[in-house]
Amino acid sequence: MLKIKNLHASVEDTKILKGLNLEVKSGEVHAIMGPNGSGKSTLASVIAGREDYDVTDGEINFQGTDLGELGPEERAREGIFLAFQYPVEIPGVSTTNFMKTAVNQIRESKGEKPLDAVAFLKLMKEKMKLVNIRQDLLSRSINDGFSGGEKKRNEIFQMAMLNPKLSILDETDSGLDIDALKIVSNGVNALKSKENATVVVTHYQRLLDYIVPDFVHVLIDGKIVKSGDKNLALELEEKGYDWIKPGN
Amino acid sequence: MSKDDKILKDFTSKEYEHGWSVDFEVDQAPNGLNEDIVRLISKKKEEPNWLLEWRLDAFETFKKMKMPNWANLKIPEIDLQSISYYSAPKKKKELKSMDEVDPELIKTFEKLGISLQEQKRLSGVAVDAVIDSVSIGTTFKDKLSELGIIFCSFSEAVKEHPDLVKKYLGTVIPSKDNYFAALNSAVFSDGSFCYIPKGVRCPMELSTYFRINASNTGQFERTLIIADESSYVSYLEGCTAPMRDENQLHAAVVEIFAASNAEVKYSTVQNWYPGDKDGKGGIYNFVTKRGICSGDNSKISWTQVETGSAITWKYPSCVLKGNNSIGEFYSVAVTNNYQQADTGTKMVHIGKNTKSKIISKGISAGNSQNSYRGQVKVMNRASNSRNFSQCDSLLLGNKCGAHTFPYIDIDNKSSMVEHEATTSKIGEDQIFYCLQRGMDEENAIALIVNGYAKDVLKQLPMEFSVEAQKLLSLTLEGSVG
Repeated sequence: MLKIKNLHASVEDTKILKGLNLEVKSGEVHAIMGPNGSGKSTLASVIAGREDYDVTDGEINFQGTDLGELGPEERAREGIFLAFQYPVEIPGVSTTNFMKTAVNQIRESKGEKPLDAVAFLKLMKEKMKLVNIRQDLLSRSINDGFSGGEKKRNEIFQMAMLNPKLSILDETDSGLDIDALKIVSNGVNALKSKENATVVVTHYQRLLDYIVPDFVHVLIDGKIVKSGDKNLALELEEKGYDWIKPGN
Repeated sequence: MSKDDKILKDFTSKEYEHGWSVDFEVDQAPNGLNEDIVRLISKKKEEPNWLLEWRLDAFETFKKMKMPNWANLKIPEIDLQSISYYSAPKKKKELKSMDEVDPELIKTFEKLGISLQEQKRLSGVAVDAVIDSVSIGTTFKDKLSELGIIFCSFSEAVKEHPDLVKKYLGTVIPSKDNYFAALNSAVFSDGSFCYIPKGVRCPMELSTYFRINASNTGQFERTLIIADESSYVSYLEGCTAPMRDENQLHAAVVEIFAASNAEVKYSTVQNWYPGDKDGKGGIYNFVTKRGICSGDNSKISWTQVETGSAITWKYPSCVLKGNNSIGEFYSVAVTNNYQQADTGTKMVHIGKNTKSKIISKGISAGNSQNSYRGQVKVMNRASNSRNFSQCDSLLLGNKCGAHTFPYIDIDNKSSMVEHEATTSKIGEDQIFYCLQRGMDEENAIALIVNGYAKDVLKQLPMEFSVEAQKLLSLTLEGSVG
């Protein structure tokens, strides 16, 4: 589904990704772990197509399409979803309205008719259950005054609404207490299928107790330096990152 | 140009939608401003002598006045002598009903999405359509008159209801009030008149739709709304003009009178031609709007969505004379390209326990300048008065300007005045968030801007609200960055 080859990316002339390779297949869950500043969030943003990052070399291929030429909205329509580390506030725009605009524009881009109010509401009700989110939260300005847990839950709700092929969860566990973590993880797990894939970007092993990865990759200084199964995450938790750093 | 700049540029360089003009025969006065022209207008309108005297008096006052220069606007020299002060679609005969209106004119309004055929209107909005200087027809008149509501063109009111006009004309905005009010008083051509009798709740929205069509003319309309005791009316005003290279002057006056326990809600969606993307052409909009809450417990609420005009100079105000009276001002002013707006309100608290609320949302894009100017004045005997003001500015791009000029003038110790102001830029983060969910840039900006303006837009009557939201998006198309 996703093939990243020799990816180099920089922000304002600072090189962050330095030759990263990654392959994700349908039905898989990958975890990207690594210390602060290793390039984890950059990787998430680059896949989503954020313009602040310059891809200087390499290629990201998604379902046979080179993403290089596609804008963020086109990537989203191809089925790439990014759950933000810091979900953005848009005052005066409810999650309902936000999602309605998004869902219908994606439909429009595929030549489908927009959902009417009734059909949209039905879809929403169905997906709300998955993340145990309340209607009144969805009627409020998106992320405006939301708690950390509410923001992350709202991200997963959006993911459920858009039904992406590839979901990238950027530090979704940050700022979550254990109860919120369980709810969010349950939502992610419920959405898992053989047709889609998930990339979990995280610092801590904790999240991986709930979203169990098939593969764990360690990202240090812009490269994946070690890959393994879920046990690698446990080992990292115990030993830290130093033993794995190149040159050690 | 950064990506953001490009998005903004694309978004703000959208063309004006109503830029067409229609050819029909017009009766137009020669260019120039003098006493003869004032007399000519009065004669054309077959006015009584008292009104001619009133006009001439205003004209004398006007001659002694100077163009105001305190606004944060760069106003090119306006040559008042090069303008025609009267232009009317030629009438073949006296019209008895809407059915007799020139089909070309009806088409003009249908092109704007305004049907003047009563049977075709589902939404229950009565419309007075004013083209260039003259009202061409008013819908639902009979239905309204059953309730004693008078809704007609100003000229007709002068003929049919002279006592009411004489009693109220110029009482809220005297002709000496300001330069443009004086000019309007001398040369106003038409406009709408509305009277809601005691205890009547007007069952439908009343609406005036202004259209400038002729070139080289000024439009000076005058609206007078009188809400008698315990009555209610919601009034809408919309305006558009063709795209023309030269600037056109629009100097209107709107007066509202609210007796005790009466409520008037006045909503405007102003979409005069703003000029092209290089700042050529466009309407100069110098408008005086004021309402007086004359009786106790009365209320006047102004809502405006200002998207058009090359220059906007406009301060819909409330004089809160009656005890417990309420004044409200909700405004969204959008400027793009080279547009300039200096707009706001004035709340004058005279009566006891009077309340006012000001919510102003400015949006600037392109190379435009957008100023909020507002005054809250609490007089000595206005004890326990309250005001809340919130003035927010949103900037799209880095070539535009947003300015806030609040004046607070309090002469009573028991009163409370609150003022909040924010300035923000449309966030790259917000746009990316929307794009990542599959929206394109235009929709993203429209969504963010409409969210920002929501507190004002929700004050508009339903069908206007939808139109206003579309208009905001259109005005800003090509602007983000």
